[in-house]
Amino acid sequence: MIRERYINAVILALMVIIPIAALWMDEPFTITLATKAVILALAAVGLNLALGQGGLVSFGHAAYFGVGGYAMGILASHAQNYTPLMEVPFLIEGTNQMPVIWLVAVVASALLALVIGALSLRTSGVYFIMVTLAFGQMLYYFAISWPAYGGEDGLSIYVRNEFPGLNTLVPIQFFGLCFAVLCVVLFMVHRLNQSPFGLALMGAHQNEERARTVGINVTRLRLVAFVISGAITGLAGALFADLNRFVSPVMFDWHTSGQIMIFIILGGVARLCGPLAGASLYIILEHYLGGLSEYWQIYLGLILLFVVLFAKGGIVGGLARKEVRHG
Amino acid sequence: MCPETQDRENTMFTTLRWSALGVATAAAMSLAGVAAADGHAKLKVGLITTLTGGGAGIGADIRDGFMLAMKQGGEGIEVVVEDDQRKPDIAVQLADKMIQSEKVDILTGIIWSNLALAVVPSTTAQGKFYLSPNAGPTQLAGRGCHENYFNVAWQNDNLHEAAGAHANTAGFKNAFILAPNYPAGQDALKGFKRMYEGELAGELYTKLGQTDYAAEIAQIRASGADGIFFFLPGGMGISFLKQYADSGIDLPVVGPAFSFDQGILQAVGDAALGVQNTSQWSKDIDNATNKAFVADFAAAYGRLPSLYASQSFDTANLIISAAAKADVKDQDAFRDALRAADFNSTRGDFKFGNNQHPIQDIYVREVIKEGDIFTNKIIGTGLTDHQDVYAADCKL
Amino acid sequence: MSTILLIEQILNGLQFGVMLFLMAAGLTLIFGVMGLINLAHGALYMVGAFAAASMAAWSGSFTLALIAALVAAAMFGALIELTVIRRLYKRDHLDQVLATFALILVFSEATRWVFGSFPLFLDMPDALSGTVMLPGGIEYSKYRLTIIIIGLLVALGLFLLIARTRVGMRIRAGENDREMIGALGVDISILYTMVFALGAALAGLSGALVGAIQSVEVGMGEPVLILAFVVIVIGGIGSIKGALAGAILVGLTDTLGRTLLPVLFSTFMDASAATTIGSALASMLIYILMAGVLIFKPTGLFGSA
Repeated sequence: MIRERYINAVILALMVIIPIAALWMDEPFTITLATKAVILALAAVGLNLALGQGGLVSFGHAAYFGVGGYAMGILASHAQNYTPLMEVPFLIEGTNQMPVIWLVAVVASALLALVIGALSLRTSGVYFIMVTLAFGQMLYYFAISWPAYGGEDGLSIYVRNEFPGLNTLVPIQFFGLCFAVLCVVLFMVHRLNQSPFGLALMGAHQNEERARTVGINVTRLRLVAFVISGAITGLAGALFADLNRFVSPVMFDWHTSGQIMIFIILGGVARLCGPLAGASLYIILEHYLGGLSEYWQIYLGLILLFVVLFAKGGIVGGLARKEVRHG
Repeated sequence: MCPETQDRENTMFTTLRWSALGVATAAAMSLAGVAAADGHAKLKVGLITTLTGGGAGIGADIRDGFMLAMKQGGEGIEVVVEDDQRKPDIAVQLADKMIQSEKVDILTGIIWSNLALAVVPSTTAQGKFYLSPNAGPTQLAGRGCHENYFNVAWQNDNLHEAAGAHANTAGFKNAFILAPNYPAGQDALKGFKRMYEGELAGELYTKLGQTDYAAEIAQIRASGADGIFFFLPGGMGISFLKQYADSGIDLPVVGPAFSFDQGILQAVGDAALGVQNTSQWSKDIDNATNKAFVADFAAAYGRLPSLYASQSFDTANLIISAAAKADVKDQDAFRDALRAADFNSTRGDFKFGNNQHPIQDIYVREVIKEGDIFTNKIIGTGLTDHQDVYAADCKL
Repeated sequence: MSTILLIEQILNGLQFGVMLFLMAAGLTLIFGVMGLINLAHGALYMVGAFAAASMAAWSGSFTLALIAALVAAAMFGALIELTVIRRLYKRDHLDQVLATFALILVFSEATRWVFGSFPLFLDMPDALSGTVMLPGGIEYSKYRLTIIIIGLLVALGLFLLIARTRVGMRIRAGENDREMIGALGVDISILYTMVFALGAALAGLSGALVGAIQSVEVGMGEPVLILAFVVIVIGGIGSIKGALAGAILVGLTDTLGRTLLPVLFSTFMDASAATTIGSALASMLIYILMAGVLIFKPTGLFGSA
């Protein structure tokens, strides 16, 4: 049995070492892959707060991922075209400064999560899963049909947005930025999980009636967790849009929601670094299995099946073996 | 838990622990396998297309047409093929990988407009050539045109414009038109209306991915239309045609080749017979290159080529012709060689307009049955020497 | 829009609803009654369609094609149940999601490996093609009427099976308390395998029936999967009646939305804007419906808490 703390350290270390090694060996594409893993891990960390800690299985988290992405896309495209977003009643111009874009992405996804959460939390269990899926799909079809920002064609942003002090077009610098964001968020989530808020949330997940009896307003608790979770995934969406220099409605689709969930399940639900392990493993498999055969998705499916059936608790769970408290 | 299960779990977890470490090591080791720079190839091409999932049939045609030409005449040209899974972010990643890791000179292969729009701007911005064997989005034909971007197939509106022109010739006075509600569908109806001179009995946008058209067919029946134009690529078109054929409505149907290409026709069967469709290519175009192409493709791959295969075949031959004239490292010379388009196309004469999209004839074909196989036969020409309308907006 | 057309569209909506129920029937059994999230439902639907297409091409008989679809889907269903699903009953919904998602990948690519990437040909039998004249002067497709009849028969059959037979009672009991029913001497494992195979067979059957008027290609099951979940959830999980009601409601909303919304919008907008915005809203409509239903009735129309 390995203590979870050491597993987390190894995972984080690997996530840094591999891109640095790639830099030394002049393989910029591996750095790009690592950046993608970091960003998708961030999206999954967001969902893990709601899903793992809170037991809220949201099958529509891609909604926030997409909103974050489009926040970036809309702001940056207006900056690119030198046209303002809105002139009346007050002037809003586009921007290509990452900190501003991130702020907008976080706020927009948090607001959306507030609305969707408030409505969805009236249901529970499988109904909750499906109603969150419904909202995700609504946004997906809306984005496809809305011609102003490209519809299904999406939006291309030609230059990566700027962060003060860095040249974000250099792969390793952008990677460093994303990894720093991930670490900050991980630290925040870790503290949150151990705070009274996080403990109450988990308590409500384990036994809702008991939590209510003790006087905890479970719905409000869950809503707050849902909003924070949505905001984190939204931030990841903005970063993802910057990585690809492109946003499209696919970011809202249920396949994307499903993928984020899969990263969590693969890595270990409710484990702090589970999403990192899951996202990294999935991306490694996706890119390297492709070389094996044209039908590589069969192998991917079989590997995922193996993990589900025999590695209870995902990668981190399997290695740490000590059960997460809620079981 | 009983001791026996505990032990079994121990072994399982140990195995898992080692396999997880193994995966991590493998990943690290694969990094160490840096591809040696290939000094022998004079030109490296990256082909990104859809090889898994729903659109894989078209991707197979694009890849096979391209590789056929390369096998026949592409000495010294190295081709790397990758699968974009029809996902824009994967396509962008693959493009980055090809440019940064594989150090390709030319990118090609993308089928879908939304993936093309994700990949092309950053490809040309990084100073590489992009030759499109299929997608011809409006944005890249007009103001977004770039000297490194060539389209060897058509501009997205072209086949629909030809359908509009043909509708006039065919005597449509009150047409019913429909397409899915996404940019390519909206462009299709716009393109049709640009050339069509009659009245519209109805204009419908269906849901992307919709497969049941009973409601739409009922509307067609009630509208008093004298002809139908539709753009429903892939499975959508198959569903619509089957349901339409079963509905008892007997109006002439016109559409672009995308719903009637060689790969799809076999799935539709008799329901497609008699439908007229527009295309810049057909297997019965009468020139030596095309005849050889159709025969060679059938011999090599055991099936008849579609227009997609002809487009990528032409793209490959364009590259080969340019490579024979100029070194790709001398971009200006290579670009001029590409512009000259001095190669034998399956369409006969081939020339580019100022925005580096083709100026070509668009034929009208009819679906017929040859023996056991459904295929197309040219019955006329929709548009001659047609250039897309966006060329005027292009600064080139 | 004339009255006749409106009535025809309502009929189309009903037909679409029953077709949806048929597509969701297998999942109603597996998800609704057994409580298992089965994302591979769409894959089994696809297997049925491909089996039917192959058999039809080989033998020329549509009946044999349908039988092939039933058998193939049931076989694969039983196989999955025995190897994968059996281990998942006690597990979290999440594990079921991952496992059945993995199955989608395996089935899709395996199908593409066996059958190639191009769509297959499957046509309705000549006996059922063409139209009949309904009272009121509406021309209606014979084949679609057949699908409606089959769909309603399946609904009746499932309802009787679950509510009125001993097998149904055992399934419901098993979902409630697996250990207890095992203690009472019922071999729940074999029962579950058979029920899963039945659910798979229904999925395969609908794949074959619907595939005859749509396209048979890899990935055809994905939109069906989402629609099936929407239908079951709106109707209420565990209720066959609910699934049928949910399906018809979804069918009507979707069809009437598609046809009426653009017309509605064109009264105060120009034609092309009306069509685009109307269609955009129409495509979102069933999800708006589902969210609306769940907000007011958190366990669906006929579901129990």
